[in-house]
Amino acid sequence: MSRITLSKLAHSYLANPTSEADYALKEMDHVWDDGGAYALLGASGCGKTTLLNIISGLVRPSQGRVLFGDRDVTDAPTTERNIAQVFQFPVVYDTMTVRDNLAFPLRNRGMDAAYIARRVDQVARMIGMESELNRKARGLTADAKQKISLGRGMVREDVNAILFDEPLTVIDPHMKWELRTQLKALHREFGHTMIYVTHDQTEALTFADKVVVMHDGRVVQMGTPEELFETPAHTFVGYFIGSPGMNLFDAEIAGSEARLQGVKVALGAAYGPTTGRTQIGIRPDYVTISDEGLPVTVKRVEDVGRHRIVRAEFAGQPLNAIMPEGVSLPAEPRVTFAEGKINVYANDWRVAPVGA
Amino acid sequence: MEKTQNNKAWFLVLPVLVLVAFSAILPLMTVVNYAFNDTFGNNQFFWAGIEWFDDMIHSERLRAALGRQVIFSLIILAIEVPLGIFIALNMPKKGFWASFCLVLMALPLLIPFNVVGTIWQIFGRVDIGLLGHTLAAMGVDYNYTNDPLDAWITVIVMDVWHWTSLVALLAYAGLQSIPQAYYQAARIDQATRWSVFRYIELPKMKGVLLIAVLLRFMDSFMIYTEPFVVTGGGPGNSTTFLSIDLAKMATGQFDLGPAAAFSIMYFLVILLISWVFYTVMTNLDRAESGEENR
Repeated sequence: MSRITLSKLAHSYLANPTSEADYALKEMDHVWDDGGAYALLGASGCGKTTLLNIISGLVRPSQGRVLFGDRDVTDAPTTERNIAQVFQFPVVYDTMTVRDNLAFPLRNRGMDAAYIARRVDQVARMIGMESELNRKARGLTADAKQKISLGRGMVREDVNAILFDEPLTVIDPHMKWELRTQLKALHREFGHTMIYVTHDQTEALTFADKVVVMHDGRVVQMGTPEELFETPAHTFVGYFIGSPGMNLFDAEIAGSEARLQGVKVALGAAYGPTTGRTQIGIRPDYVTISDEGLPVTVKRVEDVGRHRIVRAEFAGQPLNAIMPEGVSLPAEPRVTFAEGKINVYANDWRVAPVGA
Repeated sequence: MEKTQNNKAWFLVLPVLVLVAFSAILPLMTVVNYAFNDTFGNNQFFWAGIEWFDDMIHSERLRAALGRQVIFSLIILAIEVPLGIFIALNMPKKGFWASFCLVLMALPLLIPFNVVGTIWQIFGRVDIGLLGHTLAAMGVDYNYTNDPLDAWITVIVMDVWHWTSLVALLAYAGLQSIPQAYYQAARIDQATRWSVFRYIELPKMKGVLLIAVLLRFMDSFMIYTEPFVVTGGGPGNSTTFLSIDLAKMATGQFDLGPAAAFSIMYFLVILLISWVFYTVMTNLDRAESGEENR
């Protein structure tokens, strides 16, 4: 087990990349601490899988280095890295029994038979397949096969890291919770570094201590679920995390005030001059609709059960707000923004207030 | 609404039935006719019952040819299947060289059988053939026209040259259908090259290999043209396989009755072996995955 460092790493699938757009992964420096549980969150095609494959050695990066601890493994083949990876779709060895499938990585490492038998039983219990150990893996259902893939990923105790590439896509919803809980338990027990790729924010936020959000080949923010929610570093994070995503309004910033087409909004903190496209962002959860504040035009209200989502128009731009159950919409609705919950963005990146 | 029963559409099948009758059933019945009758020409037939079959079953000559045939088929299968798999494993997976290899591999398959025979007949000749003459110059005592072993080696090498491509191409197609994720998972699991072959490639190729073995078995069991052109079944009878023997009997000696009986048994044997092989393989398959129904 070791810390994984990515240094000046970038990758392009083209032989001769010319512009930045040719890179699936833009240059990045990133450190995965030993024993951390990370979620790698991002939309499809943002480079998550490429990043995982570079860490496991399935893909060699076009530039930069990968370090396990202090050892440079950039050119080391996958087999030397002793790393586990579970793919999105199940990969099982059809002609082997479930038991042999689970034992396969251990046998390849030349572990002794007694240890293998013990470890396979443990893992089988974890994935709930003890009763099927002697069956051939072929002909099992997709989620049973994926459980075997997960089991194979977890069976080695000495791996440097376990990488999960959207492993629960094919699994039944109720089983998803159970398996995710198992993975967390496993993490607590053995302290493996785990990187869990997903595009499902609930999955990311429940699994990980640290969530890494990727967008367009870049890591745009790494932080705790709370940090991602309260202070998204990039408008993509604001939009991607939370349901519905953060409200963003084009605005001009003047000190501690934002101007949106003549409407003034107090920011609660002072900002220096900004360049480029300037936006302010506020979570729907921090928008209160009542008969006080700034005027809005309500378009429609969606009842999602535990609360309602108000779709409205504010200063000519769309706005979403969360309204608790039991509160009725006033005849002339107005909005107020919770103090200190507004973030300012210049060219999509968050601007810190002066003195912060 | 009442459904009206109208089966007249079946008549549409009639042309096909007529065609099949003329192309397959009638010729076959001619052979059957010869097999159960004796004839002295002039379209005069005398009932012979199973006499010809009896003769053929007890014929030393036929048994010897059958023995040679089985040995030949087993040898070429034992060479061509592993060799074909080996070639397929080492062929480039994509790009220009993949296409190049595919075309190169397909070439022998496109050459007419008697041309293949002629090529090797000349190639192996000690006086003018590149191979034969070179071997002779190197001091190797090689002459397929009077040494049975040399004749066998020549015929087998020729068949391997001609048909290994078929196995290789089928195996290659099987390999190409394996998703990349399997190889990646194997690397993650630190599998050896042998394990990858044994647990990923071979199981995924099983279906096409089954077809390859069947095709190669049937073809080799019926082989005629190439050895006939090269050795003419000799020296002596050493490379006289079933088809060559049959042709000698039917068109050389005009023993039409025995030859017809021989043909029918020959056909049934091929059918039987292919059926047994196929049934055993598919049953194995079912037995393996059958556990899921428990």
